[in-house]
Amino acid sequence: MNLKKLENFARNIRKNIIFTAFKAGAKSAHIGGALSAADIIAVLYSSIMKIKKQKILDDNRDRFILSKGHACLALYSALVEKKIIKRKDLETFESDGSNLLGHPIINKLSGIEFSTGSLGMGLSLGVGVALAAKKKQKKYKTYVILGDGECNEGSIWESILCASHFKLDNIVIIVDKNNFQQTGKNSSIMDLKDLTSKFKSFGCSTTEINGHNVKKIYQSLMSKTTNKPKVIVANTIKGKGIKLFENDNNWHHSIITKSIYKNIIKEI
Amino acid sequence: MNIQNNIKLWSSLGMRATFGLIAMELVKKHPNLIITTSDVSTSAGLDRYKNKYPDKYIDVGIAEQNLIGVSAGLSSEGFKVISTTFAPFQTLRCCEQIKVNLGYMKHKICMVGLASGLVLGNLGFTHCSIEDIGILRSIPNISIVVPSDPFELFKTLDQAIEHKNSVYIRLTAGSNSKIINDKDYEFEIGKAVEIKSGEDVSIIGCGNILWNCLEAATVLKEKNIKCSVVNMHTVKPIDKEKVIELAKKHKLIVTVEEHNIIGGLGSAVAEVLAEDKNNCKLVRIGAKDFYSPGGSYDYLKDIYGLSVEKIIQTVFLNL
Repeated sequence: MNLKKLENFARNIRKNIIFTAFKAGAKSAHIGGALSAADIIAVLYSSIMKIKKQKILDDNRDRFILSKGHACLALYSALVEKKIIKRKDLETFESDGSNLLGHPIINKLSGIEFSTGSLGMGLSLGVGVALAAKKKQKKYKTYVILGDGECNEGSIWESILCASHFKLDNIVIIVDKNNFQQTGKNSSIMDLKDLTSKFKSFGCSTTEINGHNVKKIYQSLMSKTTNKPKVIVANTIKGKGIKLFENDNNWHHSIITKSIYKNIIKEI
Repeated sequence: MNIQNNIKLWSSLGMRATFGLIAMELVKKHPNLIITTSDVSTSAGLDRYKNKYPDKYIDVGIAEQNLIGVSAGLSSEGFKVISTTFAPFQTLRCCEQIKVNLGYMKHKICMVGLASGLVLGNLGFTHCSIEDIGILRSIPNISIVVPSDPFELFKTLDQAIEHKNSVYIRLTAGSNSKIINDKDYEFEIGKAVEIKSGEDVSIIGCGNILWNCLEAATVLKEKNIKCSVVNMHTVKPIDKEKVIELAKKHKLIVTVEEHNIIGGLGSAVAEVLAEDKNNCKLVRIGAKDFYSPGGSYDYLKDIYGLSVEKIIQTVFLNL
């Protein structure tokens, strides 16, 4: 593990997120939830997943599913850092006919495995993909990022039950637990209580970490599990990295003006 | 394979059990087939398949949203996937998963909706399915086929599994279903089959209810009303040319379906007629947008105007 590399990658993701949101202007963008997932996605793309531009369709590549699709700016940003998509493409974000909309659109050549954005669906797809790996005797792993708000959806629990039943130790689920959802705190909208023990009770191997400590993220992703799906509950801060945005749910989906951009970009 | 023997055997077994038998053959032709279900192996006639091919059978439990997601995930990894459960749960329960995974993303699976229409009337309308076609018809990239009998189910599955997009296969009637096609014939998804030709009225139906259409046509012929009976097995994409041709040749078109008249076959035919220059009257027979008290298959068919007598009456009233 190269700590510097990880931190740099995460920093660049944040820069890309802020830059893209700024360029999107009045179209606005999901910012808070992209920033909370930035460190997790940075570790995955820089040091864990086998995904390369030259072998983008390789059957042995690891599969990444951003079930909380609204955090797509973090994904697009990582794909830019991996040189799978062009930096210039970020400027097409949410524009007419663009491939990079406010929720990911399936485009395997651009490293986007599935269209997501309707919450609660990505984990089922991941279970199918992980089951396929077992059937095809392939070694690739499937990584799925869920939001904590997304865990309101019953379909998440249908699919985790299934992942556990089929002993899918080739799927890794990371919950970006930033404690907020669209209109407020989880605790006031729909209290998830102890999320880690819920996943544990479904038969998963669970760990709870600081979702902004890249070393901890790396270590938890590297730890082995057998016969059980791995769930990492990552405690994160919505808007992490920009003081103005942190834990302020107004930045769930908002506009970064020129003056705000000038002030915050220095922070990263 | 002796087709004549199979036609008899399959019709006595009904579409669900026949599906299980066909699966045993399909998997030989398509080694990368996986059948996914929501705890319905017995109801879908799949117990033998499940025991013989445990690696090609995935039961996700009573969790239909996950059923579609897992199936789409497998499909994206190159498997040919057939998912199945009872029609309401195969369609409406997981409707948005169907939209996003099969419609929007275009992952290909065949969905087999068991016991659709009115056959489970004794169990109430939680288990009847008079909405499935209407709901799915509004989602792009999904074809909808309603086989008229088990033999046509065999032909449908054979083509659907290699079809360019996802297919919803809607099974009607129970065991001892009627034989609509008593000998081999040309079948193609999207192409209607004219089973009977007559110049006065055209009766267009889908599913096993076509038997009642054929019976009605026989009685009407005795009264000198000559009917065409058309098997519109594919409701989407509808065979527009055939509908227009029928409108040109007949004074009256009657659609017959075990479905709400809103959204189903009748609507699909009406859409074609509305955009075409023709003088043909259309009458839609089916559930007239209400949930009847539950009861036997025959009871419900009568209430919804689908019995032979009621079809005859409707033709008389509208000629």
